[in-house]
Amino acid sequence: MTPNIDVREALQDSVNPAYTDLVTRVTGQRVRMLIEQRIAGLADGSVAVLDFSHIGLLDRSCADEILSKLMLPLTAEHPSKDGYVVLRGISEHHLEIIEAVLEVHDLALVVQLPSAELRLVGAVSAKERHCWETVMRHGEALVDAVADEVGLACEACQEMLERLARRRLLRRKADRFVPLGAVA
Amino acid sequence: MTAVITVPAYLDEQSFEQVIEQVAPLPADAKLLVDARHTRFSTPYGLTGLLCLAQSRAEKPDFAPPAEDEVKSYWSRSSFFRYAEELFTVRGTIPKGRAHQDADGILEVTPIAKSEDVHAAVERVKDRATHILMNKLHLESRATMGFTVSLSEACQNIVEHAGRGGWVAVQSYNWAKRRVGRQVVVISVADAGQGFRQSLGTTRVRAIAGDRWSDGEALEAAVTNGYSRHTEPGRGQGIRGIKGYVHRHDGRLSIRSGTSRVTIVPPWDDSPAREDSLPAFAGSQLQIIIPERVEGT
Repeated sequence: MTPNIDVREALQDSVNPAYTDLVTRVTGQRVRMLIEQRIAGLADGSVAVLDFSHIGLLDRSCADEILSKLMLPLTAEHPSKDGYVVLRGISEHHLEIIEAVLEVHDLALVVQLPSAELRLVGAVSAKERHCWETVMRHGEALVDAVADEVGLACEACQEMLERLARRRLLRRKADRFVPLGAVA
Repeated sequence: MTAVITVPAYLDEQSFEQVIEQVAPLPADAKLLVDARHTRFSTPYGLTGLLCLAQSRAEKPDFAPPAEDEVKSYWSRSSFFRYAEELFTVRGTIPKGRAHQDADGILEVTPIAKSEDVHAAVERVKDRATHILMNKLHLESRATMGFTVSLSEACQNIVEHAGRGGWVAVQSYNWAKRRVGRQVVVISVADAGQGFRQSLGTTRVRAIAGDRWSDGEALEAAVTNGYSRHTEPGRGQGIRGIKGYVHRHDGRLSIRSGTSRVTIVPPWDDSPAREDSLPAFAGSQLQIIIPERVEGT
């Protein structure tokens, strides 16, 4: 089962039970620390779903404090933990802010749209997106199959898929690359 | 001896310079009488600026409120006197009791000192701003969220950088007879804190600037190039976001600090992009103007 973290609950537990807006760095820091605690308790390889469904406003400073500082240690050369994050319940307003913040740090995240479709947002090249979408479509894929479909040399495709895995956007499973997993 | 500071009849960002010109040459402990008896109108910038003026003085100044009852009533509805009574010795009568909010008032003068104050301001602004931005400025509902986010980011500059509390106020006006020629919403965020030059005083950009370091250089570094006194990556995004919002909605952003001002100038305005050698004033004063959307934009 995919662990679900209700971000409004995290906001209300860590800052103020009446709040529904994610604004200010101070608030972002407290919410992130609580989310980090919850992620730390998950098994290695788990996908944590951050649910923004009940969040109203989101400002850039708060989004930066939560998402960038959460993802930077996970995507480092020596990650702090083998953990993955997917966002859910994202409005158009949230998406605009989140994309801007992720791009500043060369980060990307998987977002589940209301239609249940998964989309890659943030700093990704057209080729990276194409590779990612190919893996998503196949369910799991060998480098050769992705390279053929995307029109890349095997070595370049391998490098791109490894990079997507390091950025926590795909998983590595032996010689295959697989999506982060079905989000319940 | 008391120095009399005359407040102009129409008090806005431009004419507030006349107030600063009178105050700047005086020592911080000089006794002042801020005379607003002949003032007939003030923008949020004027009201928050007057409170900053009082905060910046070593000795509590005297204040003569506007003579016209209608003006006093408006300033009262804007909550100006609520804080002016703490910061000035008010010489004259002012309306007492809780006044009804003005129809075009989005956020009365509100103190900002900590993160919770920003949350409270956002909570109070979002519904009223949505109504006015959609019905009077004809903006899409999505744009109204960006407006409140910009307000939040602007207020956070006080919490993160000023080193002391400041003020925010938001008002809607019909500027049909003035420069922009349409309905506008104006945000003013002002403080009498340390200002941009001191806030960035220990950063790399200050070291590189060497002898050229000034209020203008500090403003350019923060507003144009996104520098922050915090060195961690990702800082400076608040102002970047405000600039993006202002640009998308044909708006105007100006930030004054110390002796300089930088302005993001829209096509309907002719302000200089940067002004230096202005008379010195404490802290930072930010103003955002979002005009009514016109057909084809």
